[in-house]
Amino acid sequence: MSLSNAQTSLLDRSRPAARPRTAGSRKRRYALTVLAFLLPSAVPLALFTLGPMVAALWISLHEWNLLSAMRFVGLGNYIDLLGDPQTGAVFLHTLYYIAGYLPLVYVGGLALALALNTALKGRSFLRGIYFLPVVTSWIVVALVWRWLLNPSNGIVNAVLAAVGIQGPGWWTDPAWAMPSIILASAWKDLGFVMVILLAGLQAISPDLYDAAKVDGAGWWRRLFSVTLPLLSPSTFFVFVISLINGFQVFDQVYAMTGGGPNGASEVVVQRIYDLTFRYGAAGEASALSWLLFVVVLAITLIQVRGQRRWVNYG
Amino acid sequence: MADTALSARRMPGPRLAGWIVLHVVIVLGAVVMFFPFLWTLITSISPGVGLTVTPALWPENPSLSAYETLFTELPFARVVGNSLLLAVITTVVQLVTSSTAAYAFSRLPFRGAGIVFSVYLATMMIPLQVLIVPLFVELKTFGLLNTYLGALLPTFASAFGIFLLRQAINQVPRELDEAATLDGAGHFRIFWTIILPNIRPALATLTVFAFMGSWNSFLWPLVVLRTPELQTLPIALASLQGQYTTEWDVIMAGSVVSILPMLALYIFAQKYVIQGVASSGIK
Repeated sequence: MSLSNAQTSLLDRSRPAARPRTAGSRKRRYALTVLAFLLPSAVPLALFTLGPMVAALWISLHEWNLLSAMRFVGLGNYIDLLGDPQTGAVFLHTLYYIAGYLPLVYVGGLALALALNTALKGRSFLRGIYFLPVVTSWIVVALVWRWLLNPSNGIVNAVLAAVGIQGPGWWTDPAWAMPSIILASAWKDLGFVMVILLAGLQAISPDLYDAAKVDGAGWWRRLFSVTLPLLSPSTFFVFVISLINGFQVFDQVYAMTGGGPNGASEVVVQRIYDLTFRYGAAGEASALSWLLFVVVLAITLIQVRGQRRWVNYG
Repeated sequence: MADTALSARRMPGPRLAGWIVLHVVIVLGAVVMFFPFLWTLITSISPGVGLTVTPALWPENPSLSAYETLFTELPFARVVGNSLLLAVITTVVQLVTSSTAAYAFSRLPFRGAGIVFSVYLATMMIPLQVLIVPLFVELKTFGLLNTYLGALLPTFASAFGIFLLRQAINQVPRELDEAATLDGAGHFRIFWTIILPNIRPALATLTVFAFMGSWNSFLWPLVVLRTPELQTLPIALASLQGQYTTEWDVIMAGSVVSILPMLALYIFAQKYVIQGVASSGIK
């Protein structure tokens, strides 16, 4: 489309003695140009993101199984959700996921970034290896880790058995299901966090380290007094993105445990999916979606407000 | 941390020891990180890996029978084709919609541009899950469930892509536009002949991300594509797991098929992927 537009405008230009234009027609022409550039993105965003967003709010006020007529119930779905112990459980499981995942990827990613920011041989090759899981799909990650952590003949338990440790039941055991998901997710995202922190590290001026050394600061002192404060914008970005993504965790849960065993690893989005397509409760599912959105939005806003206290933009 | 020029030979004893430890740890870490991929490949060529057998690190009778199962007993050729088709179309369309919008936000001032841009960015915050029910109903109304178009439409505009390309276009010197304007070029011509050639690296980054996003996407295709012939790789893999519960060689072969094209793209465009991620973290 933009190609044909470009061609017509080329044709226009080949006739320099175009009709004289008034200010009004030039203005209209400019408005049309702006529209032509914006509509290709504005139409899909309006139809498939903003519109459905508002529609979800409308549906959340109804009882509806996607088939029969909708019945208006006001805030009934929200009241039902808040009274349902399952809602608290799925939010708790999601928080459990975040509490396990975020420290793992942040501390691991930071350690890797610090190591790769030194005079290391084969640095970009190593960085490439660590980043590889990032481009792999969540479903593949889940399947591969289901196999690695297979209780009966997976390699992890085989290695543990070889050193005399009886491995756990991993994703088949309610107590180990969420740790299994956390492990797989951290493996996938470690490289992502590493690359962001590495970019942040490389933006820090070497002069500051020299000055700190002259002042007699050791490695740890330099880490806490120079590196971490100056890395805070990257850290902030990692936290915001991780929390937004963490609350929306779904693919790996669906493929690794399906929320089981016995709902032990059921997260919020798994619940939204089940409510919609398993229990035919589209109204309640939409209400839970909005609840999730509000929670994510609130947490993001709190982080953005709180950043002034600890994020140092130099 | 910054004295990068020292070579190992000139280091004093304790520093050399530290240098060696660092290398050993980081290389061991890389081996552990890479091992799941290797194990996936090994399992996929170890036939008969089932309920009780852990495959050997070096398979005794390597065979491609698991791949044969995928492509003869299952419609995997079709599934790979579906994934490719959707990924290519999504990528091309996102390149068009993102670059045009980015040009408007960078070069075409209009009243309310700031507000419109904020609304665009806000859509990045809306999780797909919130949209699932209404999108499902919307596409059902249009009769687009179980169609490629239904799977594609919600992916056509990407706030991330628009943001990325707008940053890139802002870096293109405005003198270039002005010179072209003096030569009588209009906005479409400036966009096509000046802006696009100057933001090639950002376009490459977006190409990789759009392709990757589509290739790996799961929830929306799962909801909209219900018949087996239309399924994409992630969905086919997830259902493979239900069908071949204990035949891990088949499941891992499917995983290899899904990883390989992304791996190729990644090796080819590693620079742009890492640059794209890195630049997203810096304000």
